[in-house]
Amino acid sequence: MSLLAPLPVVIPLSTAAILAALNKFFSRRWSEGLSILATIATGVICGELLLQSRMQPVIHWFGGWTPRAGVALGISFVIDPIGAGAAAFTSLLVLAALVFSVHYFETVGTLFHVLMLGFLGAMCGFALTGDLFNLFVFFELMSASGFALCGYKVEEPESMQGALNFAITNTVGAFLVLSGIGLLYGRTGALNMAQIGRTLGASPDGLIITAFVFIMAGFFIKAAVIPFHFWLADAHAVAPTPVCVLFSGIMVELGIYAVARIYWVIFDGPFTTHRWALRELLLAVGAITAVAGAVMCFAQRHIKRLLAFSTISHVGLLTIGFGLLKAGALAGVALYVVGHGMIKAALFLVAGLLLHRYGGVDELELRGRGRELRATSIVFLLGGLGLAAMPGFATFVGESAIMDAARSMGQGWLRAIFFFSAALTAGAVLRVWGRVFRGMGKGKQAQAAGAKHIQENRETRGAGHNIPAVMFAPAATLVLLAVLVGLAPGAHHAARTAALLMQGRTAYQARVLESAWIPVVSSGQEHAPMGAGLAWSFAATAAALGLAWLSLSRYWPGKNALTRPLTGAVYRLRAIHSGHIGDYVAFLTFGVAAYGVILAFLIELR
Amino acid sequence: MKRRGRLIFFLLSAAAFAGVYLWGLRGLPAVGHYRGPYGDVLNRVATYERHVTDIVTAVNFDYRGFDTLGEEFILFMSVIGGSVLLRRQREEEKGEHRDDNLADESPERQAPQPSDAVRVLTLGLVGPLVVFGLYIVAHGQLTPGGGFQGGVILATAPLLVYLAGDLKKFKQITSHTLVEVGEAVGAGGYLGIGLAGLIMGGAYLRNVAALGQTGNINSGGTIALINLATGLEVAAGFVLLLYAFLEQTLEIRLRGEK
Amino acid sequence: MSFFPYVVAAWLFVIGLYGIVTSRNFVHLVICLAVLQSSTYVLLLSIGYRAGGTAPVFAGVPVGTPAVDPVVQALMLTDIVVEATVVALLLALALQLQKHADTLDPDKLKALEG
Repeated sequence: MSLLAPLPVVIPLSTAAILAALNKFFSRRWSEGLSILATIATGVICGELLLQSRMQPVIHWFGGWTPRAGVALGISFVIDPIGAGAAAFTSLLVLAALVFSVHYFETVGTLFHVLMLGFLGAMCGFALTGDLFNLFVFFELMSASGFALCGYKVEEPESMQGALNFAITNTVGAFLVLSGIGLLYGRTGALNMAQIGRTLGASPDGLIITAFVFIMAGFFIKAAVIPFHFWLADAHAVAPTPVCVLFSGIMVELGIYAVARIYWVIFDGPFTTHRWALRELLLAVGAITAVAGAVMCFAQRHIKRLLAFSTISHVGLLTIGFGLLKAGALAGVALYVVGHGMIKAALFLVAGLLLHRYGGVDELELRGRGRELRATSIVFLLGGLGLAAMPGFATFVGESAIMDAARSMGQGWLRAIFFFSAALTAGAVLRVWGRVFRGMGKGKQAQAAGAKHIQENRETRGAGHNIPAVMFAPAATLVLLAVLVGLAPGAHHAARTAALLMQGRTAYQARVLESAWIPVVSSGQEHAPMGAGLAWSFAATAAALGLAWLSLSRYWPGKNALTRPLTGAVYRLRAIHSGHIGDYVAFLTFGVAAYGVILAFLIELR
Repeated sequence: MKRRGRLIFFLLSAAAFAGVYLWGLRGLPAVGHYRGPYGDVLNRVATYERHVTDIVTAVNFDYRGFDTLGEEFILFMSVIGGSVLLRRQREEEKGEHRDDNLADESPERQAPQPSDAVRVLTLGLVGPLVVFGLYIVAHGQLTPGGGFQGGVILATAPLLVYLAGDLKKFKQITSHTLVEVGEAVGAGGYLGIGLAGLIMGGAYLRNVAALGQTGNINSGGTIALINLATGLEVAAGFVLLLYAFLEQTLEIRLRGEK
Repeated sequence: MSFFPYVVAAWLFVIGLYGIVTSRNFVHLVICLAVLQSSTYVLLLSIGYRAGGTAPVFAGVPVGTPAVDPVVQALMLTDIVVEATVVALLLALALQLQKHADTLDPDKLKALEG
């Protein structure tokens, strides 16, 4: 059994306990230094686990309780490359967030770092575990730290409202997941994922479908898929910058990871003959999320809220990638998560930089202010291009893998969704770049259509007259890494092998329950992006640039008879996002019911 | 959405949701016919393997001890989060001089003094409550109880002091630093015991202490130790939480006078 | 009668959701959330129940007597702690909301529209 396996959880949590105990005695330097060290150590160990798990998943049975006759008595960590990769990536983003908050960020003694380390430990445990209830426990730990971090700025009532919306919707989601787990336990009498998967049988009945819908919906609430996405924009508008980095960069993506893990280990057995039904549902949901998120993104003026809606749109793309239920697409999703996470994190860090320097993140108020920030401007520009999945970025490699799988299944129409999302979200970011860093967009039409002004207060001390290196360096490094991963030759191959390992249900179960050796999977020959894929991506980038330029110029059509249906639709879409918790939970109920009814009809009646 | 529209939208969705849920519940075995292997296996082997008679505690602190570790840290993070969310802001620091007398000053908003009966009863109960809490914590591996249950009982003892109207004493008992440190030591202790299992036994949280005799209070090996650590953490955590809330509530009451 | 506890679990979940959707006060909303959470308790405990079984505590009772499932009871302990802590955090948020916005009514909060 691997001795390293529990450490990605133990190291952050024990450091958090130490910091909390010595809250009154530690100076800020010590607190920052210790937490950064702990994060680096966790990242290194996760990287080591990633390497160790390339051929066989690494297993660790807690308490030494190995399974007997196929019955798992204890809790296990089952670490495969995708899980270890997710944990390592989390450590990277937490490191970036902690470095960003060095010296300037308003911390409450050591408690900010305690919460961040708890968040890190929870996400690592979430990515590495092989037990269903353990997954729920880490989900709740992630949530508890997240709620407190989200509501960090207690003086602002919007902060409290955003944090409450976040907390209430996600808690309902967590208890949906728990209900699903209860249903599965009632049927199989087991909590270990491999054991449940084995015991579930080969055909889906009412209980299995309902359990799947509940668990999927619960995690989709975390992942902010439509119609569960409302909380994300509110939370991002109010949370401090380092926290936004983590929310958009990895926490939301872990929701998709959980659904993928649970599906492939537990539910693929019963759903094998009905994969097409699930595919239809997921592709539709993903497409709607991508489109609606992109439209809402373009219509914002608060930079963080704009970035939040772009995350929602990209989560829609991830759902499409997962929903294709093919190894190639899953590999694409993994790469896209990494690329998108790094770029989104960098963009949020720049927003935080603007907040520190100028005291606001409103696109219209900041017009032209950023002209003096040369290097930051380049980072933001590159981030925008990366969101458009321009060739050269990791997002492009991921997207082309997903589109390859889509085309091989006759779902080429998804190209349009990717194009639309890229054009609008990157277009919005590039519009912000043009307005803030270049001073474009003077005319009256060039306004972000009636978006509300949300006040954002400073979160750092010391009115910045310069750009601190600790704030700039993480953003620049992340963008550079996104390019490096995008150009790395072996990235796609490694992702594909990892995806095949994740999808191998019977081998996984045998490995966990009997310690059997998994036969080595081969991923086929190396894939190179074809000409069409490259052309489409360049076209999307060009469209984004064009849209951004158009919206800043005087040619942007205002409200006239021609555009009225469009602006009317956007207005109505906006009105739905009311900030009212009752609306959110009503939509949540509708979403779960809709998923359940649709899936039940597709499976039972055809 | 308008209230009416939201309600109708919700009621329709809830009906469909309930339909889906009930359809799924039909697939469960009838209540009273528990089938699954997990509970039966543990009921049979736990007493032999761990020398404890309370199987639920064995499951909580040994077989599924890692879950309980996560849960302890959920409590830990929530208490820390509560402290962060209920922290004093800068304007409130200015009212620092009020601190020694946390009671309301304005005559109209003064909380009524507790009657003598209440004071005698509550103060009289504090002692037995602490003993009872410690008893529950210590006997977790023998009878229903354990760290969580006993810890919560222990945490209500200072609350009784507050109810008796003795704010100064309450503040003294829940002296902030000691309770904070106690909570962190409890949480860290759990992690440390697990680490001992990793170093000495090759698996995190492996039970590496002497198992003792079934029916004795110190049976179960690390189960008993983890029980104590958990009890400490839960008690300290809830006291911290109560203190943070009480401080803020009083602050609101004071502010309401301005 | 043997499915009634499950129906109760479903009912609790739905009524909790109803309370949240129609709530005019955040403290009331948090308590409705607690009701929703208790639906999972009922579900889990009903699943683990064995008719005629005793508690899974074998002090003075020979091992091997039919007993109910201890695993769900352990899960429930975790569940309760999770609920308590989430409620605590939410109430802290509501308290600060009252302090700074002077209201606890979701209908009156208009800052995050669009």
